[in-house]
Amino acid sequence: MTNVRLLVGTHKGAFVLTSDEKRVDWNVSGPHFAGWEIYHLKGSPADPNRLYASQSSGWFGQMIQRSDDGGKTWNAVGNEFAYDGVPGTHQWYDGTQHPWEFKRVWHLEPSLTDPDTVYAGVEDAALFRSTDGGMTWRELSGLRCHDTGPQWQPGAGGMCLHTIIADPTNPDRIFIAISAAGAFRTDDGGFTFKPINHGLHSEYIPNPTADVGHCVHKIAMHRSRPNALFMQKHWDVMRTDDAGESWYEVSGNLPTDFGFAIDVHAHEPETVYVVPITSDSYHYPPDGKLRVYRSRTGGNEWEPLTKGLPQSDCYVNVLRDAMGVDDVESCGVYFGTTGGQVYASPDSGDTWTPIVRDLPSVFSVEVQTLP
Amino acid sequence: MIRVMLPAHLRTVACVGDEVNIDVDGAVTQNSVLDALEEAYPMLRGTVRDHATNARRPFIRFFACGEDVSHELPDSPLPDAVANGQEPFMIIGAIAGGAQAQPGFFRADLRAIGD
Repeated sequence: MTNVRLLVGTHKGAFVLTSDEKRVDWNVSGPHFAGWEIYHLKGSPADPNRLYASQSSGWFGQMIQRSDDGGKTWNAVGNEFAYDGVPGTHQWYDGTQHPWEFKRVWHLEPSLTDPDTVYAGVEDAALFRSTDGGMTWRELSGLRCHDTGPQWQPGAGGMCLHTIIADPTNPDRIFIAISAAGAFRTDDGGFTFKPINHGLHSEYIPNPTADVGHCVHKIAMHRSRPNALFMQKHWDVMRTDDAGESWYEVSGNLPTDFGFAIDVHAHEPETVYVVPITSDSYHYPPDGKLRVYRSRTGGNEWEPLTKGLPQSDCYVNVLRDAMGVDDVESCGVYFGTTGGQVYASPDSGDTWTPIVRDLPSVFSVEVQTLP
Repeated sequence: MIRVMLPAHLRTVACVGDEVNIDVDGAVTQNSVLDALEEAYPMLRGTVRDHATNARRPFIRFFACGEDVSHELPDSPLPDAVANGQEPFMIIGAIAGGAQAQPGFFRADLRAIGD
């Protein structure tokens, strides 16, 4: 019997939602780490009971929690994220240079093969790696020390490294994305990185086609096609078929191409999901209608998915890490909102039901499909 | 024996009650108390003061005998009543709810984890 486990990070704690493969009846566990901001938690593909969670607070700073039993119990592990050497400066909101300062961990990405290896994307943007189950962390400073570092700048939420995607066919290749610097790729296991932003066009920066400075909100990949990536940029939904060497726009008939979350169907690499948000000034859906859009053509042609979602008076947001899919044959799709709802679709997006309606504001949703 | 009172969230992290009792060798100062606290409860490292510099975190205050000693030198002796266990050394999370005290640092989450 297959089971599905959702790991939900919120403004005031973590929640673990579990169901069988029917995905109709759900058990809700939590809040874990009540009162703390849980930006993200994720399970190891190599050992699904090994979970990592980013726990933070404006008062008490950053903590990392680890569970070895699928979220029943947790232990605090290492929380020292020291930049390698003397950190330099990056661009501040007003265009002046500003020192790199660690603030929090936005995203944890466990290795595809080793439960003790996990990557952390942090604010101010940098990539860290632990190879001892989170006890100690070391920066992969080839990223932050890239020549373009002084040109990177924070988005409104901070200068965060929010996307880490390992290439399942090439252990030396990792894609990352930073708001607002853009997408980068390493082909040598994290020693060096290069910007992969050719084709992005951002009218809100001085040079709209610059190598860096683009506000990438999220990138998604289907594991069977690691060279094909889909990107939700600040504005524009983009696609690459050559591992980021060149991007092209696939926003097509979306009602707005602003948004945060993006993901790919578990079994159909050309089926993509986004949640259009009105604009960067209005962080809520157009017309008060919460609609997931699905493309079965790898972009450009999009259909609204509305059955079971509120179609009036809805003004929530769906944040960049708050969407995921399961591996069940019919592919479940899930997303959480800033209004505290977590919606589930057990049929690839055709119909939706709220699992919970009243959690704290949802920051992240990760999905595990358990044998 | 030194009594240390922790804020609620750190009690949860350390799995302790309102107060913890710790032994301090030598002079009883902010630094020696916090060194002993972190030795006994390593999960608290980085939550009260900075890992690298030992500087007090911006939203943490220290009180002793009803006085705010946050800005005393960290190696200055704490009051005798703290050193002999009559009074606790209190670690307090500053009351700052709702304030945008440091743009980009505090409550940035409410700005949508995004842009």
